[in-house]
Amino acid sequence: MLRILTILWFALLAGAAQAEIDIKQVTSDGGINAWVVEEPSIPFVALEIRFRGGASLDLPGKRGATNLMAALLEEGAGDLEAQAFQTELERLATQFSFRATDDTISISAQFLTENKAEALALLEQALTAPRFDQSAIDRVRAQVLAGIASDALNPRSIADAAFDAAAFGNHPYGSSLDGTVDSVTALSRDDILDAHRNALTRDRLYVSVVGDVTVDQVGPMLDTLLGDLRAEGPPPPADVAFGLDGGVTVIDFDNPQSFALFGHAGMKRDDPDFFAAFIVNHVLGAGGFESRLMTEVREKRGLTYGIGSFLAPMFHAETVIGSVASSNETIAEAIEVTRAEWARMADEGLTEAELAAAKTFLTGEYPLRFDGNAAIASIMVGMQMIDLPPDYVINRNDYVEAVTLEDANRVAAELLRPDALHFVVVGRPEGLESTQ
Amino acid sequence: MSRFFAAIVLTFLALTAAAEQVTTYTLDNGMDVVVIEDRRAPVVVHMVWYKVGSADEPEGISGVAHFLEHLMFKGTNMLAPGEFSQVVAANGGSDNAFTSFDYTAYFQRVAADRLDLMMQMEANRMTNLALTEDDITFERRVVLEERAQVTESSPGALAREQLMAAQYQNHRYGVPIIGWQHEIAQLDMPELLTFYERHYAPNNAILIVAGDVDPEEVLALAREHYGPIPANPDLPERLRPTEPPQRAERRITYVDQRVSQPYLTRSYLAPQRETGAQQDAAALVYLAELLGGSPFTSELGRALQFDTQTALYTNASYSGMSLDQTTFSFVVLPAENVSLSEAEAAMDNVIAAFMDSEIDPARMESIRTQLRASEVYALDDAQGLARRYGMALSSGLTVADVQAWPDILQSVTPEQIKDVAARIFDRNKAVTGWVVATQEEAR
Repeated sequence: MLRILTILWFALLAGAAQAEIDIKQVTSDGGINAWVVEEPSIPFVALEIRFRGGASLDLPGKRGATNLMAALLEEGAGDLEAQAFQTELERLATQFSFRATDDTISISAQFLTENKAEALALLEQALTAPRFDQSAIDRVRAQVLAGIASDALNPRSIADAAFDAAAFGNHPYGSSLDGTVDSVTALSRDDILDAHRNALTRDRLYVSVVGDVTVDQVGPMLDTLLGDLRAEGPPPPADVAFGLDGGVTVIDFDNPQSFALFGHAGMKRDDPDFFAAFIVNHVLGAGGFESRLMTEVREKRGLTYGIGSFLAPMFHAETVIGSVASSNETIAEAIEVTRAEWARMADEGLTEAELAAAKTFLTGEYPLRFDGNAAIASIMVGMQMIDLPPDYVINRNDYVEAVTLEDANRVAAELLRPDALHFVVVGRPEGLESTQ
Repeated sequence: MSRFFAAIVLTFLALTAAAEQVTTYTLDNGMDVVVIEDRRAPVVVHMVWYKVGSADEPEGISGVAHFLEHLMFKGTNMLAPGEFSQVVAANGGSDNAFTSFDYTAYFQRVAADRLDLMMQMEANRMTNLALTEDDITFERRVVLEERAQVTESSPGALAREQLMAAQYQNHRYGVPIIGWQHEIAQLDMPELLTFYERHYAPNNAILIVAGDVDPEEVLALAREHYGPIPANPDLPERLRPTEPPQRAERRITYVDQRVSQPYLTRSYLAPQRETGAQQDAAALVYLAELLGGSPFTSELGRALQFDTQTALYTNASYSGMSLDQTTFSFVVLPAENVSLSEAEAAMDNVIAAFMDSEIDPARMESIRTQLRASEVYALDDAQGLARRYGMALSSGLTVADVQAWPDILQSVTPEQIKDVAARIFDRNKAVTGWVVATQEEAR
């Protein structure tokens, strides 16, 4: 029988506006936890599944195996080869997506109520009995290699790769999850099977279900869908310290514009000061047109089409990073202004008015995110992955409101270190050279 | 007073009882109003679409429509420069705008009880923009940086520009939406203001409101804020130059060392969705799916990616949402050791074989089912529905056309598909592009 652990009912307040989200937590007989929202008004279901670990579980020398494995999950399962499998999906008008990220395998499914049983049966086959036919491996491998070749000539990807390698070295975060030409070329079917066994296990599983489904249907549904997966997988990699010092690295690339990626060490998501840091960064570089970086670099000087910064708390490291593109003649000035704004925020902090404006935006914007079945399913699975409780959705705006100007400015001084900022610049920048 | 000419229109799908709740009005000054109700979350999307895009620009000042879109965030007689977005943000909302060949649109996403304020500001900037020379000087740099980022830094985007310029020799679809770099650099106050005064008026605009709203209340707000703005009696008709008959195949080789792997494109002029006559467009939707939709089940995918290892990627695409004649296009990325000419020949063989054989009834049924289901999934995205109506109404279609479209799609027959395919697949109306890193790859 299905145990319903808690039933929570929330009213999200945004001024006078109110969103009602009724999150039910369930544990199946087989021990699978899920968050469920019943929303019968449209006859379909959105299902989100995450396995923690992802491409960080690549075995030594097998970089790219998890990514290739995830890309192969849509290439046939059980008795159905790739084309037959996809023909079935099309007949049922069902949409599955399988994707590896640094720390997750991410699976999204949408299916019509009328096709629920057949759609879930196909998904179960894809997860537990993927075929990994050699012909499919070779075909998808060639596509991955084409992507790697394309990244090698893309300024943003070139900057990402150089920044990550310098910051994280041999840790999985230090290289692209796609792998290299050599590592991907060498992957065998056994390597793909290993990646599948290691990445899709029940001990690191998170699930949310939103739509035309009842909460008592979910437990049995998940036991059938996921019950046959292995119980446990290998341990995740260790945490890694950010290993890149302040400075500039210029990578020559023949392009009229330079792309700069910049950043330094950041803050963990469970740090008690996280909300203060979140607000500081919002004012500095995440608040769209209102942020200081957009105002100074774009609006006042016309040096770029867009600039932004964000906090990136990952599972094994944390950074504050940003990016900007500007013509080769002006990128040096864009970087100079960025550094100055970084220093101004660290030294002077933000103003009372900026704090109030950031809070109004952040608390007003939050409830607007819950505006569709697929959106709610995605938010709920993300919350579970970082150990947030369901009632976070009602308390979250209080956490934002609780940040004082003193907190924010103390955190700004601790978090933002202009001397530690490293800029990786890809292009032919004028008046800018690599440090050291 | 406004005319209230359609109450609530419900669109029912054949099998599944899915419906979008849409209400439409026209204000006395000619502004169309479309309200889409979705009461699941306390959110509203407020959009104003102007029936003017880059293809309505006069010759020699390409980019003026898009440049003006940027400048609409500067000051007015009521708002300081940047204040529009500041107020939206201060109310927990986000805002942006976009320009295309046929339309320019502005939107905000906010809590539903802030709709009044959004309308007040959007109505204000429809006719009260107050630009300074500095606004233009700095924003011109931003637009040039945008072009440098989005176009000059992307070999694929540069290739597309060349291909479109070859496809359209007389119509303005041949000129990039963002404008040619040398013409953006020359744009100044007189051209921008003339364009603004000519095209920004209620009788050239469509208001779309989607989300947690009551249509009657939206209408009352629309009357209050947009109602008093006088119509522009001199609004020009959207008469655009038409293409002369194309009498020869056009071929382009674009060489750019930033291209990682060579690929080829082929595009054919094709009919767009026209008001009251959407059957050809509906058949072309099927044609694109049949020939190059899914890599697993389409003709190109099967022949070039499964039966043979000729290509790493194949695609056929068609979008009928266009005021004037649009295109039907193919992309093929050859596999290693396959030349572009071999890949092109293989693609042409697939097209020829398709024309010579019967269309598989199971494939037809599968596409029909997917199109029906996509209407159900679309209901989960009120902003997407808002875009659908905005694009249609600014591209010469009516609300009735939008609502008839799902049924027209369901009614497409194999004969219609073959008939429209036979009309468009004429090499004398085609542009073929080879995109390569070096001249040696062009073989």
